Amino acid sequence: MSIEVRNLTKTFGSFTALRDVSFTVTSGELVALLGPSGSGKTTLLRTIAGLEAPDAGSVLFDGDDATERSPKDRRVGFVFQHYALFRHMTVFENVAFGLRVRPRAERPSDGEIRRKVDELLALVQLEYLGDRYPAQLSGGQRQRVALARALAVEPRALLLDEPFGALDAKVRQELRRWLRRLHGQIHLTSVFVTHDQEEALELANRVVVMNDGTIEQDGTPEEVVEHPATPFVMNFVGNVNMFHGRVQAGKALLGPLALQYPAHESAEARSASGYTRPHEIEITRSEDGSGLWATVSDVRRTGAIVKMELSDERGGLIQVELGRDQFDRLHPSTGERVYLKPKRVRVFMHE
Amino acid sequence: MTTTAAPGVSATRGHVIIPSKVRRLTEPSIVRFVLTGMALAFLMLFLAVPLTAVFVEALSRGLAAYVAAMAEPFTIAALRLTLITTAIAVPANLVFGLCAAWVIGKFQFRGRHVLTTLIDLPFAVSPVIAGLVFVLLFGRQGFFGPWLAEHGVRIIFAVPGIVLATVFVSLPFIAREVIPVMEASGAQEEEAARVLGAGGLQTFFRVTLPNIKWGVLYGVILCSARAIGEFGAVSVVSGHIRGLTNTLPLHVEILYNEYQFQAAFAVASILTCLALVTLVAKTIAERRLHT
Amino acid sequence: MLTASRKRSGVLPGFGLTLGFTLLYLSLLVLIPLAGLPIRSTSMGWEAFWQTVSDPRVTSSYRLTMTTSFLAACINGLFGLIVAWVLVRYRFPGRRFVDAAIDLPFALPTAVAGITLTTLYAPNGWLGRPLAKLGIPVVFTPSGITIALIFIGSPFVIRTLQPVIQDLDVELEEAATSLGAGRWQVIRRVILPYLFPAWLTGVALAFARAIGEYGSVVFIAGNMPMRTEITPLLIVTKLEQYDYAGATAVALVLLVMSFALLLMINLLQGWTERRIAH
Repeated sequence: MSIEVRNLTKTFGSFTALRDVSFTVTSGELVALLGPSGSGKTTLLRTIAGLEAPDAGSVLFDGDDATERSPKDRRVGFVFQHYALFRHMTVFENVAFGLRVRPRAERPSDGEIRRKVDELLALVQLEYLGDRYPAQLSGGQRQRVALARALAVEPRALLLDEPFGALDAKVRQELRRWLRRLHGQIHLTSVFVTHDQEEALELANRVVVMNDGTIEQDGTPEEVVEHPATPFVMNFVGNVNMFHGRVQAGKALLGPLALQYPAHESAEARSASGYTRPHEIEITRSEDGSGLWATVSDVRRTGAIVKMELSDERGGLIQVELGRDQFDRLHPSTGERVYLKPKRVRVFMHE
Repeated sequence: MTTTAAPGVSATRGHVIIPSKVRRLTEPSIVRFVLTGMALAFLMLFLAVPLTAVFVEALSRGLAAYVAAMAEPFTIAALRLTLITTAIAVPANLVFGLCAAWVIGKFQFRGRHVLTTLIDLPFAVSPVIAGLVFVLLFGRQGFFGPWLAEHGVRIIFAVPGIVLATVFVSLPFIAREVIPVMEASGAQEEEAARVLGAGGLQTFFRVTLPNIKWGVLYGVILCSARAIGEFGAVSVVSGHIRGLTNTLPLHVEILYNEYQFQAAFAVASILTCLALVTLVAKTIAERRLHT
Repeated sequence: MLTASRKRSGVLPGFGLTLGFTLLYLSLLVLIPLAGLPIRSTSMGWEAFWQTVSDPRVTSSYRLTMTTSFLAACINGLFGLIVAWVLVRYRFPGRRFVDAAIDLPFALPTAVAGITLTTLYAPNGWLGRPLAKLGIPVVFTPSGITIALIFIGSPFVIRTLQPVIQDLDVELEEAATSLGAGRWQVIRRVILPYLFPAWLTGVALAFARAIGEYGSVVFIAGNMPMRTEITPLLIVTKLEQYDYAGATAVALVLLVMSFALLLMINLLQGWTERRIAH
């Protein structure tokens, strides 16, 4: 099922959670809503599910307006952040719930329900835990029960709110892989909310970056990483070094950096900032012109990469990440002055 | 003054009082002993002695007299009226309590705190005043008195008045027990049920009610105890007509005032047994509520 | 006054229905009947009202009700603190049993409590006889009233304090001890100030309950005008004489006193929550 959201606005008292948000999810996609807390991503997800009523705008499923439809009639699966499993029911009964509450005419027989639930429990690899209660399960298991429960009603789309938020790092990794495989198997249109950029980039076909109730960027993971549309996306998706300055007559003068900037040929000076990622900076010992000297202040080896902190001539902090081999070839020591060469700087003019 | 005892040391000295395993800081054992003694003496004086006295007095003329007092027709009639009143008041307040708890526990709206306070209002009102307000409404000189008299409807000095007064004094019990439980269970499970296609009533009976059932039971127990035992409010509206408008507590009063002490205590012992059952049921419900 | 801005959820059903029913039920059974009291009082005129409530018999009933209630609340404050502390902090055989029995005064009908206490403290009763020998009459005196009020008010302080003592962080005491405080100093400077708001709430609740109490007191009080006639009983007496106006006036003053206490208790609880929350 495709989902289209048109000009959604939602306020809670004086707080605006969504400002005129529009975007589309095509059938079979796995989309991540990425953003910091308070960016409106969960509200957007809940509005799609019908758990919140928008102040303005509409939600369309396969082109049909579903804005006024109750959550009961939307046939979307929703996985809650804290799972919201029914504490007083067994795993089996939790999964069966959506089938048992159907009107009598549409309700499958007990045997059918049993078959269906067993099938789903097998799908989420919990076939032996049907008799347990939610309190007796681990976090990862609860997560999978929540998923099986959502899938039991054969939803036309799956919505997941911070699906891995409450799990520890290792279980997270596993479940992420597992969810990607599952999506490969059943091709269900899915939207999930996360504040973890790594999770969004690793799992989704498409990432929608949200901030302050609006969409900052909507693109493939690669687009978001390589061509961030706004400084916010640049900042939010990975570490950055930032240089403030101005652009004028085809040049950008950003603190210690001077670059060509053909996008602004006008003689009028505009203030701007340049961003470069830690791994996009080269370190050398030889100077060859447009100089940026810095002093090494801290070196940390973290597995395959080495994280360095340097301070430039004015005392500003610059982060650099080198591959281990690269670092070993050069081996700069703490306190040494080295020459920095940003391979790539993205410049954003201020409004 | 000494302060810290080494972990577990004072626990093995063979005193009656043993500090809990985890707590290392406590008072010197003599202080603990004296405080425990004072506490128990206070409770003995105000709880155990009166409780014993009820049964001793009730049986003071032997078992035969005890049974005779119980089997007396007016006692039976009073018991029946008490049960009828309770059977009306408790379900009514149960429906009210569930509605109030649903709206206060699951929704945010302006005036929510005011509503919570208003529900507690009957607790702050003297039972005598609770009876009086209904006399002012429905009594012979009351607002509706002339109209009721014209149409031959009796509320005061009749069963409806007793029910109204009982509902009034026992009104907050269920609501105030269920509200916190309802609040604590949040709205997520209900939302999940809705997304899974459950209707409003299905959501309530299959998801909400199982989560709050011990809180509800606890409230029902407290409400019943109050409804059975109410004296002041009922006394004002009852008119004390034997066999007709006498509840058990009022019957106790009449017997006592007629110097039939043994019979009064025999009837009182029924109420006391009900109170003890209440305490046991309450303790069980409470344990389940907190686990 | 009550408009729905359903912040918590947009999908839970029944907001209008349950709110409507709650308000209707509450209005019909509590608010409208209670409103009858002030309305009825205004119809009697200020002068007549004042004459009624300033009558010496009435004022002495207010004085008696207030002093005995206050005294009972104070005694419950002292013993309630001890009992709550002992029940939470110390272990002794039968502790759980005792804990369950605390609520007996809530569960026992007041009339039963009334006749039982009267029988116990009568000059020929188990407790009255030794007291009579010492020259202390209890039944038909203010001390008897106070005893009945102690009985019915006793669970309030204990039940309000218990959870607070339970939640009292041991680390707080350990910190104080490590800073060099002796046990008594820890109690006086750390524990008691921490318990104070809850304790005061409990005492206020016991006080409020005692002011309106009727059933447990009428038997032991003796009901002599000017001496042992409490206000609720005076209301009943006036009603029995068909003096509705008089009963209403006396009741209104009592109700105002109760509401003032309720307001204070609410403020206290708000204050406690704010203090604990930080």
